[in-house]
Amino acid sequence: MTNTNAQTAPIFPHKHLLGIEGLSATDITTLLDLADGYVLQNRQADKKSSALRGRTQINLFFEASTRTQSSFELAGKRLGADVMNMSVSSSSIKKGETLVDTAMTLNAMHPDLIIIRHGDSGAVELLSQKVSCSVINAGDGSHEHPTQALLDALTIRRRKGKLEGLTVAICGDILHSRVARSNILLLNIMGARVRVIAPPTLLPKGIERFGVEVFHDMRKGLEGCDIVMMLRLQLERMSGSYVPSQREYFHYYGLDYDKLSCARPDALVMHPGPMNRGVEIDSAVADDINRSVIREQVEMGVAVRMAVLDSLARNLPNEAAL
Amino acid sequence: MSRTGFINARLIDPASGLDEPGNLLVEDGKIADLGPTLFNDSIPDGVEIVDCRGHILSPGLIDMRVFTGEPGAEHRETLRTASLAAAAGGVTTLIVMPNTHPAIDDVALVDFIERRSRDTGVVNIHPMAALTKGIAGKEMTEIGLLKEAGAVAFTDGDRAVADAQIMRRILSYAANFDALVVQHAEVAELARGVMNESELSGRLGLSGIPAIAETIMIERDLRLLETTGGRYHVSQISCAASVEIIARARRHGLKVTCGVSSAHLSLNENDVQSYRTFFKLSPPLRSEDDRRALVAGLADGTIDVIVSSHDPQDAEVKRHPFAQAAFGAIGLETLLASSLALVHNGDLPLERLLSAMTHVPADLLGLKTGRLAAGLPADLVIFNPGVPWVVNADELHSISKNTPFEDRRLQGRVMRTVVGGQTVYQQD
Repeated sequence: MTNTNAQTAPIFPHKHLLGIEGLSATDITTLLDLADGYVLQNRQADKKSSALRGRTQINLFFEASTRTQSSFELAGKRLGADVMNMSVSSSSIKKGETLVDTAMTLNAMHPDLIIIRHGDSGAVELLSQKVSCSVINAGDGSHEHPTQALLDALTIRRRKGKLEGLTVAICGDILHSRVARSNILLLNIMGARVRVIAPPTLLPKGIERFGVEVFHDMRKGLEGCDIVMMLRLQLERMSGSYVPSQREYFHYYGLDYDKLSCARPDALVMHPGPMNRGVEIDSAVADDINRSVIREQVEMGVAVRMAVLDSLARNLPNEAAL
Repeated sequence: MSRTGFINARLIDPASGLDEPGNLLVEDGKIADLGPTLFNDSIPDGVEIVDCRGHILSPGLIDMRVFTGEPGAEHRETLRTASLAAAAGGVTTLIVMPNTHPAIDDVALVDFIERRSRDTGVVNIHPMAALTKGIAGKEMTEIGLLKEAGAVAFTDGDRAVADAQIMRRILSYAANFDALVVQHAEVAELARGVMNESELSGRLGLSGIPAIAETIMIERDLRLLETTGGRYHVSQISCAASVEIIARARRHGLKVTCGVSSAHLSLNENDVQSYRTFFKLSPPLRSEDDRRALVAGLADGTIDVIVSSHDPQDAEVKRHPFAQAAFGAIGLETLLASSLALVHNGDLPLERLLSAMTHVPADLLGLKTGRLAAGLPADLVIFNPGVPWVVNADELHSISKNTPFEDRRLQGRVMRTVVGGQTVYQQD
């Protein structure tokens, strides 16, 4: 039995990673610890290992993505998997083959891991019920984006040495953000204090029961914060439907040095990308190497995804299913 | 002359308050006599006997809100398959919605439904006709002629009449014919979401439909009704606030009535939890507090009728991510059994439950059925309220299998359904 080997012993008691919801603090710590090791591996000249050798990984992206898709691709390849990228524009899906049919077709190719991004909340969970391999949610609608929350947690933990007891402000379009939902869940599980800062039109109903403190005034919300997490605001939501204009939004909710000065002097600035410079974040703040860890988040993304792939692959059957 | 005697029954007639052991005689499709002393001396010769074995014999159920696919989408449901599902659910009269292709907005189409129902259906089927031509919400239909042709009420089905001026004229004009105007109460602009707007919708990342989408429309229509007169009915309400609004309007003397679906009486938004699209309904399933308020509103009579809101949707439109999937669930066959849970739980008396599905809708629609009384059509249901069963979607009679009660344990089963004296369903 190869499972006695510490390198391949199961460490993560889930078949899929559909969201942060349902994970325990131990699960999260396990993934972050494993990812720490992969950060080191990724900084070496030889970045390859073999945890996923012989495995097939399919990246099924129904929504355009450069960052997340390439991060998953690199993570799989560095672990020795065969990686196939499938980008499906949602329009062609709607016209012809249904989502479920697409999943069944791919499943017939015997993949071991499918990474899925879809524009609808719950779509990844739906697909996970129709395939026999492990599924990783790379973002479903406004629901969850678990690997983003994990990479954010890894970034924070490496910089601050811990997550527990930190005060984290999440600012921007909470209503539509899967990043915000996954982060709120994860940070609560790990014992951080979470604040959300947004105009009322960009907050979901019942947000005060998510385990967060709600602020509409960014300066007040940032007071005493260790981490300032900015969210992307899609430009089409800024022309009067949710907020009146880009100009007004930046005035009240854009992160500049003036507002950042309300946070702790050593507060870190994060952003899941891609950024709208001058809309939700001032360029100078985004590029400030003393405050912004935005590029580090990208690096941590690859390591965290390697850790997720590795831990899910350890649960896969080693014998061929007949 | 054909004569059938139903013996050993627990006779329940909610309209008269009758609830006692007895027998019932049907002659030529009509109820001839009933009571505890009937057949006391002997059973006359030539009477076919049906032994009810102590089960309940009550008027057959009337379901005021059923969608089919005929004409235009027969792959979802035909009038015949809907009638088979109805028979299995103890429903002897079903009212079909005009949301077909083409819409039932013309006398010829009312004739079509009546004729097809007579030729292919096993229960009584009557149409509600559209309030506006093509269900487009712009021009009113020929309410007088449609009513004469057999339309029992008027509605745009699953669409609200949004234009206040059109609605005002419809209410005013319909009042002249004493026609019942049935509204799907929803402000479309507020109802672009896919489930109840709540903490749960926030967590699931699904766009919400707030309760005000419903209450604003009801309040608007009631203001109009104050000035026009006439009879106004909300096809189904979904939240506590609507119960209050209806109760208040009735205290002020307005002729307003409303319905609730059996799904809304037994399910709540938490059933959506894992993005199950069979729980995607319009109006949406709301909170447990709302559900309890609906049950209370039914018990105290604020809510008049229970409907199945039977809406067959095939797998092609349901097997999608929640936001993309179609609204609607079937319910004819589970209408009685799922509603009986309220009686078993002690939420309301059996008589009140049956009223909401028999004589109350009959009176609203002007139908001569829904009661156990000599001279009325023998539309009857015999059911055992205690027998448990598990809903198996494959065994349901509807072509579409989108039941929210799949694999649920229900208590209470229809043993026999009789329409015009003829047995149209019998439990093996």
